[in-house]
Amino acid sequence: MLEITDLVKEYPGGLRALRGVTLNVTEPQVVAVIGSSGAGKSTLIRCINRLVEPTSGSVKLGGQELTTLNRSDLRKARSHIGMIFQEYNLVERLTVMENVLSGRLGSVSLWRAFRRNYPPEDVANAFELLDRVGLTGRQDDRADALSGGQRQRVGIARALMQKPNLLLVDEPTASLDPKTSRQIMRLICELAHESGTPALVNIHDVALAQASADRVIALNDGNLIFDGAPGDLTPEVLNDIYGEEDWSATIRKDDDDAENAEPEAPAKQAKPPSRNGTVGK
Amino acid sequence: MTPPAASDATRGAASARTTWSRPPIFFTTPAARYAFWFLIAAYLFWSSSTLNIDWVRTAQGLPRAGDMLARMVPPDFSRSGLLIRGVVESVQMAFAASFIGMILAIPLGLAAASNLAPRPVYLAARSLIVLSRTFHEVFIAIFFVKIVGFGPLAGLLTLIVASVSFISKMIAEDIENMNMGQIEAIRATGASFPKLLLYAVQPQVLPRYLGVCIYRLDANIRHSTVVGIVGAGGIGATLSASFKRYDYDFSLAILLTIIALVFIGEIFSTWLRSRLR
Repeated sequence: MLEITDLVKEYPGGLRALRGVTLNVTEPQVVAVIGSSGAGKSTLIRCINRLVEPTSGSVKLGGQELTTLNRSDLRKARSHIGMIFQEYNLVERLTVMENVLSGRLGSVSLWRAFRRNYPPEDVANAFELLDRVGLTGRQDDRADALSGGQRQRVGIARALMQKPNLLLVDEPTASLDPKTSRQIMRLICELAHESGTPALVNIHDVALAQASADRVIALNDGNLIFDGAPGDLTPEVLNDIYGEEDWSATIRKDDDDAENAEPEAPAKQAKPPSRNGTVGK
Repeated sequence: MTPPAASDATRGAASARTTWSRPPIFFTTPAARYAFWFLIAAYLFWSSSTLNIDWVRTAQGLPRAGDMLARMVPPDFSRSGLLIRGVVESVQMAFAASFIGMILAIPLGLAAASNLAPRPVYLAARSLIVLSRTFHEVFIAIFFVKIVGFGPLAGLLTLIVASVSFISKMIAEDIENMNMGQIEAIRATGASFPKLLLYAVQPQVLPRYLGVCIYRLDANIRHSTVVGIVGAGGIGATLSASFKRYDYDFSLAILLTIIALVFIGEIFSTWLRSRLR
């Protein structure tokens, strides 16, 4: 589904954020991307939809090479790649509904977009998604009237409005409290699995990554240095990724989490059983 | 598995200090600071001694000023037709210039925003704005009077130039201060540039844009009274003529009218802006 080969990004000034990353995602799974700040996580996902232009290498999505597309084909490709951000990045002065519908901007005409006159099926889909993310009835609120967790739910709905064949998720929980973080992460994973969409999720919270992702990859200084099942993240691996630190607290918490939430998934590609809890408000 | 202990050591050594003062920003030594104040004082002394302020002439001017003020009262409103015609012309100039200016300023403002426009377009637009802001309205008015002749058309063109450069500079700066995350998010949906303007730029910029336009309308009402003095129409032309003919009582009537006009403009723009929040 997603094939990244030898992806290199060198910023003007010589900073090499990615030094030849190769990654294949062959089935709809949630892939957590971990690594310390500056390791290249944000650059990696932005090089996929070319919000950041990669220096060299190849990115193929569904067989289509993205790095060589011209502007209009790139826009078409972007319209099928959903993106979720750390700071939610909602257009704050627009209503919740406008923000959700903006996920369709790649496929409606300029005039319809200007008139806010979206096709009925898009509007129906938007209302459905608002229900699904737990924001029933909030369509007319302005985005800046919502709390952080609610804004991120709108961000998720906007990304899913695109009917994406890939979700790029950049630190979705870094600005949220621990409980909301877990709810948001669970929501993203559920929706990705339901719609059969692969997702790349940059995340700092190792415990949360282990608890929710199907697969974990790690970047260090622009290199992919780990690719495996969440359970394979041992203190030694974490030392490689982040540097020497005492990981016992982090790991122990994970073990508790794993015991309570789900039986240990043995195969790294196994789809985790969907968690029974519905999305909290 | 061994957390670094170096930071604890430094903390221990530094804990004996109980005083702290802000590191200097401009002057690194007290000598430089004293030298600076000395130079200021020396300059003030030198400039006051070379300006040739003639106290005798200033003193002679005082009774003349009193004479002029005495001839101003009571204000003469008898030529109200002339007065009203001038005022209406000024207000018309101000409104038309503000409206045309706020529309022309949009493309120029977009072109002058470094985070949206390509580099050459940005530089061209910025230079145009800087160039048109270089000269005071009165100079531009003199220029237009030479080109299109006396009358309100010259004043209108002057105010349009001034409005466009002012509003577009404000828009450009506001666009540059936008939250780029929102731009990135809309761009990531596959939106084209016009859709990006519609969904990410316009919502962020519109309230301030309208505020600036209303402020400019207020400013145009004031400037429209000035450009008349150099022959560009409006109440200013009437004022200048009355001074030349020593009709000081009529001058005062015009001045009072201008004050009233500016007050009304100020009240109107404050009211309108308060409605925009």
